[in-house]
Parts: sequence; C-alpha cells; structure tokens
Amino acid sequence: MSTALRRYPVLVALTVAALFMIVPFLIVAVNAVKSPAEYSQNGPLSLPEGLYLDGLKDFWERVDYTQKLINSVLISGAVAVCAVVLSVLNAYAIGIGRVKGRTWVLAFFVLANMLPQEALVYPVYYLSKEVGLYDTRLSVIIVFTVIQAAFGTYLLASVLGQFPREIIEAARIDGANKWQVLWRIVVPVSRPTLGVLLVFFFIWTWNEFLLPLVMLISNDNQTVSVALGVLQGQRLMDATMTNAAALLGVLPAIVFFLLFQRTLTRGIAVGAVK
Amino acid sequence: MTVTVERGARVSRKHEDPKHPRPRDSYALFLLPGVLAFLAVVVLPFAMNTYVSFTDWQGVGDLEWTGLANYRELMDDSEFWESFRHSMFMVVAMAVVPTALGLVLAAALFDYVGKHFGSRTVAVLRACFYLPQVLPIAVAGIVWSWILAPDNGTLNELLGAVGLSSWQQDWLGNPDLALYSVMGVMVWVQLGFPLVVFMAGLQRVDPQLYEAAELDGAGWWRRFWHITLPQIRPETYVVLTWCTIAALKVFGAVYVLTKGGPGGATNVPSYFSFTTFFEKTQVGYGAAISTVLTVIILALSLIGLKLQTRAEEGA
Repeated sequence: MSTALRRYPVLVALTVAALFMIVPFLIVAVNAVKSPAEYSQNGPLSLPEGLYLDGLKDFWERVDYTQKLINSVLISGAVAVCAVVLSVLNAYAIGIGRVKGRTWVLAFFVLANMLPQEALVYPVYYLSKEVGLYDTRLSVIIVFTVIQAAFGTYLLASVLGQFPREIIEAARIDGANKWQVLWRIVVPVSRPTLGVLLVFFFIWTWNEFLLPLVMLISNDNQTVSVALGVLQGQRLMDATMTNAAALLGVLPAIVFFLLFQRTLTRGIAVGAVK
Repeated sequence: MTVTVERGARVSRKHEDPKHPRPRDSYALFLLPGVLAFLAVVVLPFAMNTYVSFTDWQGVGDLEWTGLANYRELMDDSEFWESFRHSMFMVVAMAVVPTALGLVLAAALFDYVGKHFGSRTVAVLRACFYLPQVLPIAVAGIVWSWILAPDNGTLNELLGAVGLSSWQQDWLGNPDLALYSVMGVMVWVQLGFPLVVFMAGLQRVDPQLYEAAELDGAGWWRRFWHITLPQIRPETYVVLTWCTIAALKVFGAVYVLTKGGPGGATNVPSYFSFTTFFEKTQVGYGAAISTVLTVIILALSLIGLKLQTRAEEGA
C-alpha cells in the first residue's frame, strides 16, 4: 500500500517534466493558427478562436517553402543513400576484408568524424568556388556524404567485424567474387543496421546548419533549416510569421519522429555505445 | 578458397609476400572511393585551414606567412577568451546537466515507471523527452526566441498571468541573462540524448541485482548510487564525451537565438570563427580560432575514448 502511494508522485513528476518538454510544440501549434489581430489582442496563451490558416499560407508562399522542402529532401536523401553506400564499401574492406593497417584507417575515419566543421568550412567554401560547385546542392551532398560516411564506417566496421565468416567462406567456395559477396550476402544480412544508418543520415543532414548556411546562399538552393534560420537571424518576422515558420519547421521533424521513433531511439543507443 | 588463403596469409609467407598481396586477394580497392573522398573533403580542407592559420590571409590575394602571429594575437584577445569561457557554460548546459538529469530520469523511468506502469507509459514519456532532439537546431531557435521574446513572449505572458510580472525579463536581450537563457534552451534540446542512451544501457543490467538490493532493504537512491551508476559507467563516458564535443561546437542555436549578442554576451568559439571568416574576412585569424577549437576537441575525444575503453574493460 505504502509503496503504491510512493510510486504515483514519481509518475506525476515525470509526466509534468515530459509535458514541459512538449509544451513549446503545443503553444507553437496553437499560435500558428491565430490571426495577427487575435494574437495581439489575446496574447500567446489564449486558445485560438478559430482556425486561421492565412498566416501559414502567407509564410509558405513568401519563403517558397515547397522549394525548400524539395531541396531538403533531395539533399538529405542523396546524402543518406550515398553515405550508406560509402560506409558499406569502407566497412567491408575494414571489417570483413581486414585490410592491412585497418586500425589506422579506422582511427583516421573516427578522428575525421570528430573534426569540428568550423575547421573545414572556409577551405570547403573556397575550394567549392574554385571548382564551380559553390551554391549548388551537389556541393552540400558531397561534403555531408563524406562526413556521415565517417560515422557509418566506424559503426559498420565493428558490426561487420562480427559477421559470421562461414557464410562468406561458403559463398567464396561456391565461386562468388568479393563484389558478389558484398551485394548478395553482406548487404542483405546487414539490412537492419543499414536502415538505421539511412534514417540517421537523413535526419542529421536535414538538421545541419553551419555548412549549408555558408554554401547555399541563393533562395532556390536553401534547405528548410537554413531558410528558417536565416529569416529568424534577420529578425524580419512578426509573431504570427514566427509561429508559422516554427510550425512548418517542426512538422517534418514530428513526421520523422513518428515514422522512425523505434529506429531512432534504438539506433541512437547502438550508435553511441559501439 | 581464396578466403582460406587470405586468412592463412601470415602462415604461408612462402607463397605470398605479405607486403604485396596479389590485387585480387586484397580488399583495399573497396576502400579506395572512401579514402579518396576523405582526402578531398576532410583532409585537404583541414590541412589548408591549418596552413592558413599561420598566414594573414584575407580570403583574396597572396598568402603571407606570419608564423605564430595569429596565435599570439589570440592569447591577448579578450573576445577569444570570453568565447571559450562561454563554451564552459555550454558544457554545463549541454553535457553536465543533461547527463545528470538524464541519469536520474532514465533510472526513474526504468525502475519505477517501467516496473509499475508498463512499457507503453515508459515509451510515451521517453518519446516526449526525445522529441526536441529530432528538431533542426535552427527551428528550436525560432521556437524559443519567440517564447523568450520581451514583448508578448510566452514566458513573460505566463509570468504575468500567474502574478509574477516583476519576474518578466528581456531574456535574450539582457547581457546578464542571455547566456543563461541560451543554456536553458540547450538543456531542453539536449536532454533526450542521454536519457535514451541510458535507458538502453539499463536494459542490460541484471534485474537480480536490483531484486537482491531491494530484499536487503536498499532504498531507491542507494540502488541508483550503488547499482545503476556503476553499471552504466561506459554509457556515461560516451554521453559526456559526445555532449561535451557538441557543446564546444554549438553554432546554430547561437546564430538563431542571439547572434552572439548582446554585446558578445553569448559569443562562442564556433560563432566567433564564423564571423571572423565571413564578416570580418580575417581568414587567417578565423583559421587559428578553429584550429585551437579542433585541438581541444580532438584531445577531449581521445580522453573520452580512453575512459570509455577503461570503463568497458572494468565492467
């Protein structure tokens, strides 16, 4: 009896804390559907009187949000796929191929992954101008493919290091070459891990700010994160506009979250501890 | 067949020179695209950045080698030291506090809620804590700069509504407060990461340990202190390392929330190097800032990795 009584305060406290975490999302959603008049009259705490969607619509058109979404999906999707392919190739050589000096190669990838982007940003900016890739989505795709693949290599190499060798040996005896072993055996068997990486690379790239901010200056190339961040940084928005921006920025994140909740929460732990 | 030859490569030195394995036996080709891409995108730019940090380059024209001049200037630059001092505050907000809170919350969720209210309740609560982690930092910045706005901001309105109007502040515009406001936002952003890692770590703790302790009459805090903490020490080091690195690199939040202001009150090294590069176009000086930042981050990463391996071996 007394233990039951002691449990509820813990649950209540945790629920209150959890609510505190999501309250910002709720008030953003509530205020994004208020008209400017209603907002200035009743402030941010009142419930909306009706559903006013013009603010969202205005903002969508003003920043050409469709284009930003396309850019973000294109960049993040391309990076996720390319980085997974690159990680698999690297990890296959390190984890299964056990190439010479693999410890050093791995250390090289790990260190490169930990380098702050600040130490790359100016040369990347300069070099991309030199080769004519500045302000292209391709430049961001290339850079993030490599940066994400560093983490992917690190994670996958240890996963593939424990790959059952009998399967590979059996396939080799049956006459499969290394390329065939990779695509017909290693990749299909590792599909769950690759899926986790794919999701992570997609979301990480979606959320990136510094490099895309520097590399993508024209409106047509900007990602969602950069477009919203730049607008906010310039302080050009009123309260309703800010809320529309915030809601439109939050929505994709919530969609990813609902779609990939399991992958994310499980994968983050695997990724961190590997 | 080939695989057996390869595994036996060390044994059968007679047949194969180990330094020059025949191409068809080597997996090195698979590494080629990755290594080349790495050299072009990470190693070359990093080398350039380091080189430029020894020059007074302005981004155009010739590079003039000035040796350690930039670094000497940094030593006397109060703006630089100030930005690093703010980094320490960020480490508190993004590593220390979330790790400590995350530990307690994860243990409470696992131990109390999980046992007595079921895993669904745990999953929902965990999801709430994790949600901010999925948000682009720029969007989190927009949300919070509106909540913390001086006029009509939600926080001030809320304080007014509960009769605490005297507590209303210009949270991001007051030089004495801005850094703490940014810290608060970062705790909110960061908390989900340690929580989720710790909850995953707790899964591998033997439940019998808790049962035995409970039978011996150990209360919740004693179990937390003597079982939970030692058992998930490896995770703790991982989380602390990752979060500390993230704290040293924090950029997007500062850019969107305060632009380093007011009056440099929230300036951090990454934002400082960004403005030095792209606004003041003192590329050499900016490169020196980012090089110092890199050295610190790499050193911390190595310490973190060491601690983690030691903890895992000890566990």
